[in-house]
Amino acid sequence: MNWEYAPAPESTEIVSVDDTYGLFIDGDFTDPASGEYVKTINPATEEVLAAIAQADAADVDRAVKAARTAFEPWSGQPASDRAKYLFRVARVMQERSRELAVLETMNGGKPIRESRDVDVPLAAAHFFYYAGWADKLEYAFAGRRAEPLGVAAQVIPWNFPLLMLAWKIAPALAAGNTVVLKPAETTPLTALAFASICDQAGIPPGVVNIITGGGKTGAMLVRHPDVDKVAFTGSTEVGKDIQRAIAGTAKHLTLELGGKAPNIVFADAALDQAVEGIVNGIFFNQGHVCCAGSRLLVQESAFEQVMAKLKRRLGTLRLGDPLDKNTDIGAINSRAQLDKINRLVATGVDEGAELYQSSCDLPERGFWFPPSVFTGVSQSHRIAQEEIFGPVLSVLTFRTPEEAVEKANNTPYGLSAGVWTEKGSLILWMADRLRAGVVWANTFNRFDPASAFGGYKESGFGREGGPQGLSAYVKLSES
Amino acid sequence: MSGRLDVRKTYKLFIGGAFPRSESARSYEVTAHDGDFLANAARASRKDVRDAVTVARASWPSWSGLTAYNRGQILYRVAEVMESRRAELIEQVRRAEGDADADGQVDRAIDTWVWYAGLTDKLAFIAGGLNPVAGPYFNITVPESTGVVGMAVPERPSLAGLVERLAPALCGGNTVVAITSQAHPLVAITAAECFATSDVPPGVVNLLSGHKDELVPVVASHLDVDALDVTGIGDESLAEAERAAAGNVKRIVRSQGGRSPYEATAFMELKTVWHPKGS
Repeated sequence: MNWEYAPAPESTEIVSVDDTYGLFIDGDFTDPASGEYVKTINPATEEVLAAIAQADAADVDRAVKAARTAFEPWSGQPASDRAKYLFRVARVMQERSRELAVLETMNGGKPIRESRDVDVPLAAAHFFYYAGWADKLEYAFAGRRAEPLGVAAQVIPWNFPLLMLAWKIAPALAAGNTVVLKPAETTPLTALAFASICDQAGIPPGVVNIITGGGKTGAMLVRHPDVDKVAFTGSTEVGKDIQRAIAGTAKHLTLELGGKAPNIVFADAALDQAVEGIVNGIFFNQGHVCCAGSRLLVQESAFEQVMAKLKRRLGTLRLGDPLDKNTDIGAINSRAQLDKINRLVATGVDEGAELYQSSCDLPERGFWFPPSVFTGVSQSHRIAQEEIFGPVLSVLTFRTPEEAVEKANNTPYGLSAGVWTEKGSLILWMADRLRAGVVWANTFNRFDPASAFGGYKESGFGREGGPQGLSAYVKLSES
Repeated sequence: MSGRLDVRKTYKLFIGGAFPRSESARSYEVTAHDGDFLANAARASRKDVRDAVTVARASWPSWSGLTAYNRGQILYRVAEVMESRRAELIEQVRRAEGDADADGQVDRAIDTWVWYAGLTDKLAFIAGGLNPVAGPYFNITVPESTGVVGMAVPERPSLAGLVERLAPALCGGNTVVAITSQAHPLVAITAAECFATSDVPPGVVNLLSGHKDELVPVVASHLDVDALDVTGIGDESLAEAERAAAGNVKRIVRSQGGRSPYEATAFMELKTVWHPKGS
C-alpha cells in the first residue's frame, strides 16, 4: 500500500545565517590570517549557506594561546562555578533547540526528525550531565585526585556536528580544561552557533574557541606544541595519522574511529522488532554513523523471513527534503561522501554480491543515495570489511552462536554490535564475546550521556559519556 | 668450605610456559654490579617475539575467560611461590643491581602480587557499573581485558619494576609479552620459574631478555599486540615505538607509579551493554 503524504516542511524562519563567519577565538569572531573563506552548502539543495573562515597556522596558534591564557582562571575558580556555567549552556541549548535543529538539518542533510529528537536534546543533556560532575570530581576517581590536563584540541566529524561538539566540550570543561574545537569542514554552522551560546551563557573568553577549516587546519591543531590533550572523532585512517603525529610527546590522546558493526539476528528474535532495529541501525542518519549496524548477520533459518520483512519495510522509508517532518532518509552529507558510497557499492556489485535498492525517487538537486541492501555477501568482500558510511547494508548468514561471534569479530573494528534474540542467557553469552565497546541487545543506536561509548581495536580508545568519559580529560595523582 | 663445584643455571627465555633458548642461538653477557660475570642470558630475536605473541594470543581467551576470583587465586599463588624463594630473589637482585635495599625490592614485588590478586574482582565495581540512562533501558558498563599486551619493563628495579607492570596487566585478564630489564634480566627468569609453578597457564606471561632497541620495535609494530606499555622504553626510542604502535591503534600505557586500580584499568577496555525494559 502506498501512503501519500502532504509535505510538512519545518520552517527555516527561526534560523538566521550570516553571510560569512570568522574564527571564534578568545570570545570574539575574528578574521582568519589567510583571509581565506570556503563556502558551506546545504547538501539537500546545494544552495550556499555561508562563507567560512579557514584557519591557518597563525590562527591555530592564536586560538591555542587564548585557551592557554584562559586555563588558569577557568580551572582555578570554584568547581561549583564551572558547574553553573555548564548548566547555563545546557539551558541555552534547550531554549534554542528549534533553531539548532533546523540549522543542523540545513547544513548536514539529516532529517529534521532526527536533529530535533536526537541530536539537539542529547547535546543539551550531555552538558547537563557533565555540569553535575564539575564539582564532584573527587567522587569519580576513588583514592585519586583528578586535575585537568590543560588545553584540549578537539576535532570532530560531520555526522553529528552539535552532538559530537557536546561530547567533546562538556567533559573537557567540567574537568577544568579549556578547548580549541574544529568542526568538520562541511558542517560548521551549529558549532559557530554554539559560540553565541557560550556568549549568552557568559562563558569567559578563551575557554571555548571554535576554529574552522579543512583537514589541514585539524592537522595543525592536533600537532600544536602547546596542546596537552587531543580528542578526535573520525576515520581510522586519520586517527592513525594523529597517533603517529603526536608519538613521543606528552599529549594525551583519545580516538573514536570507524566501525563495521555486526547486527546479529537469531531465528527466535521478535522479527518485526528486529527489522525495525535493522532499519534504525543502518538507515539512521543515512548510515553516516560510526556505530551503524552495517553488517547484518542473520541466522540461516530466518533468512528468507527477515529479508522479506526488511524489503517490505524499505518500501515504506521516505527519502527527500530533510526539513520535512515525515522524512526518514535525508541527504548524503557531501558530494565527496556520495562518491565514496558509489565507489564502494560498485565494488560490491563487481565482487558478486546482489544489490537490492528501494525504488524511491531521488530529488534532482543535492546528494542522495537510496536505501540499499546487499545479499550474497562473503566475509572477504570489501563491503563486509570497509566502512561505507552510507545507507548500505551487507547481509551475511550464520548457523550457530559460535559462528555468529566469529564472523561478528572478524574485522579490524570494534565499536558496536547488535544482538536480537528472546533468549536472555544467549544475549549475555554473546555480549561477553563480542569485541565491541557498545552492545545493543534487542535495540540499536541508543545513546545517553550517562552511558560510556567508545571502541575496541581499531575503532579507537577512550570513552565518551558516563564517569568514564571524564578520564579522557584528567590526570590522576595521589590524593 | 668444601671443594664442591656449584652447578650453574642457564638463563633462557620464557615462552608458552617453557624455557627455550633464543631461536637465534644468540646470547649476551650479563654481569653483576661489580662487573663479575653472572651468566650468558638469551638474546631474543624478532622471531622469538613473534612466537611469544602467538602463544600469548592463544592463551588469552581462556585466561580472560576465567572468573575474576580464579584469576585472583592464581595471582595470589604467585606471591606464595615467590615468598618461598624470597632469599634467592633477594640475593639475585643484590648481586645484579648492587641494591642495598634488595630485601625491600623483593618484598615490594611479592606484596604487589598480593595487592593485585585482591583487585581482580573489584575492577568491575571501580571502573564500571549500572548507568542511569534517560529511558526504559538496562544499561551497564563493564571493564574487559584488551588482549595481548606488549611491554618493555624498567631497567631498575629489575624485579619490582617487572612485577609492577605484569601484575596490573594480568589482573584484568590480559596476556603479556614482556621485554625484561636488559642489564639485569636474570631475576626475571627466576620469577618466570615462579610463574611456571604457580598455576599461571602457559603463554599468559612470556618474558624475553635481549636488546631493547632490537625488540621494542618488533613488539610495537606487531599487529596482533593490542596495547603497548612504554614504561621501560627509553626517551630516545619512545617516539619511534609509539609511531609504530599506531599501525593498529595500540593503546599506549605508561605507569603512573605505585599500585592503583587505574594501573590495571589502563590495560582494559570498557564495554557498555543496553537492553530494553518491557513487559
